[in-house]
Amino acid sequence: MSDNGPAGSWIGPAPIGTATYPLHLPSRFRSALADAVTMSGRSLRMARRNVDVLLTSLLLPVLIMLLFVYLFGGAIETGTRYVTYVVPGVLLLSAGFGAASTAVSVTTDMTGGIIDRFRSLDVAGASVLAGHVAASVVRNLASTVLVFGVAFLIGFRPSAGPLDWLAAAGILVLFIMAISWLSAAFGLLARSPEAAGGFTFLVMFLPYPSSAFVPIETMPGWLHGFAENQPVTPVIETLRGLLLGLPVGSSPWKALAWSLGILVASVAVSGALFRRRTA
Amino acid sequence: MSAQLMIEARGLEKSYGAVRVLSGVDLEVERGRVIALLGPNGAGKTTTVRILATLARADAGAARVAGFDVVAERRQVRRRISLTGQYAALDELQTGEENLRMMGRLSGLPGSAARRRAGELLEQFDLAEAGRRTVATFSGGMRRRLDLAASLVGQPSVIFLDEPTTGLDPRSRQAVWQVIGGLATSGVTIFLTTQYLEEADRLADRITVLDGGRVVADGTSEALKRQVAGQRLDLVLADAIAFDEVARQLDGRDVQRDPKRLTIGVPTDGSAAQVRALLDEVDPARRAVARFAVHSATLDDVFLALTGRPADRPSTGDNDNEHEKEPAGV
Repeated sequence: MSDNGPAGSWIGPAPIGTATYPLHLPSRFRSALADAVTMSGRSLRMARRNVDVLLTSLLLPVLIMLLFVYLFGGAIETGTRYVTYVVPGVLLLSAGFGAASTAVSVTTDMTGGIIDRFRSLDVAGASVLAGHVAASVVRNLASTVLVFGVAFLIGFRPSAGPLDWLAAAGILVLFIMAISWLSAAFGLLARSPEAAGGFTFLVMFLPYPSSAFVPIETMPGWLHGFAENQPVTPVIETLRGLLLGLPVGSSPWKALAWSLGILVASVAVSGALFRRRTA
Repeated sequence: MSAQLMIEARGLEKSYGAVRVLSGVDLEVERGRVIALLGPNGAGKTTTVRILATLARADAGAARVAGFDVVAERRQVRRRISLTGQYAALDELQTGEENLRMMGRLSGLPGSAARRRAGELLEQFDLAEAGRRTVATFSGGMRRRLDLAASLVGQPSVIFLDEPTTGLDPRSRQAVWQVIGGLATSGVTIFLTTQYLEEADRLADRITVLDGGRVVADGTSEALKRQVAGQRLDLVLADAIAFDEVARQLDGRDVQRDPKRLTIGVPTDGSAAQVRALLDEVDPARRAVARFAVHSATLDDVFLALTGRPADRPSTGDNDNEHEKEPAGV
């Protein structure tokens, strides 16, 4: 049988030594990294085309900000203009919301046929998840920029220097990464994309019992302990302090500890879950 | 010298919880062959493919694919195989071209080569036009073709196809058969699973019949048919009374029975003497049999003879969720 026939020339395995498409065998780490880059591109392309999700994740944070500033804001006493107070909270709410959709994407991959194809191509689970997380960070930064833009239009005037901005961006990106990996872990646990969607609610509600929208002192006493010590509060306090030039105290360290803790734990747990799920 | 074995499995066993899916499967496939793993739902076909394609690990036994151990040398195996599962492994929100390019990148092709390869495959699979649209707009048959194209991006030498035509309309099925036929002539080794006897008969050099997690028969389609009986005599009875009478006469020797259409099938060697004797035996009064036909036994007959039930009826202790990666709680 000839390998040059019309049917044989295009699909057959190339004879040894004459491969038209040389497959290089890079190190495990390098191929995992390259795969993660490919997967990020994939996730971003799909996110761009998923119009409903895209619109929701871009518009919802802005709408919530307008809601708080113009409807509730007048009744909330924070010591500054309310828009100035509320922007960090809206950023966190939007970050959590955007990151949580990672869970749905991960579950969709895991329950469809595509994960088998990826695995049979020797793509590491870490690369698949890292692709989703990287895309989530980029998506969230886009919605963050939009929130800032609208906030400026309605009177948000931060007094941060370049270094403060940089630090704030760093803290925010780290938090988004942490929540995205946590979502990925939830995505591995969920048995259907609908179930994975439930994770969004948890993350959406977490900023409410914190200093995001109202000062903690105005909450009932029994809630203080939770509100002051939950992960969202130190991140918000840090952002607020950096953007408004206020003293931040120990908040940045607490924010770092929480974010890094969640990140490390989520990466470890999702690694184990991925292995268990694909055993 | 015997031809090189591309797939070799010894004593594969696998249970999911209390459900025993495979109980000792042996397989041998030579380079360039097309083998069909034929069996009803729950026979263990998908589990076998998943173990050979390094996606699941057997509880006992060992397997080598393309010369490498599927557990210890998993990476080497993965570089040489492709798997097309029952559900299209494609991203709905990417275009056909983007899907193929992504698979190319993941197989280790540089960007430009991945683009060229994607273009070639789209052309070959008659998807050049559709390649610019998202997969969400594709028909079932187009998806299957793209899915097959995607599995070929990395130029695998062993191709696993798990029920490649399940759920397709007859026209798309024909198209997929053509593609698989084309692949077969190119010298790759193809391992396909199917519940359709016609599909196995048409595509495979060799058929392995799996039932209840065991290989119950193995050979060419011709050999399997010989194993039962060369021919089948189909009787069309005059009425329901005649049907019952003849069925009683045959007393279980029949391999096929359809009371609604008043037909009964009996194995025979096809000789005039035997057909005449059979007709005389079941219908001495020459009134019961209205018409008859003699034809080559189908794989359906083989399946019935081997397993004691028609191919479309599931085995007992059936595990319908065979294709699921892992039952909950394992």
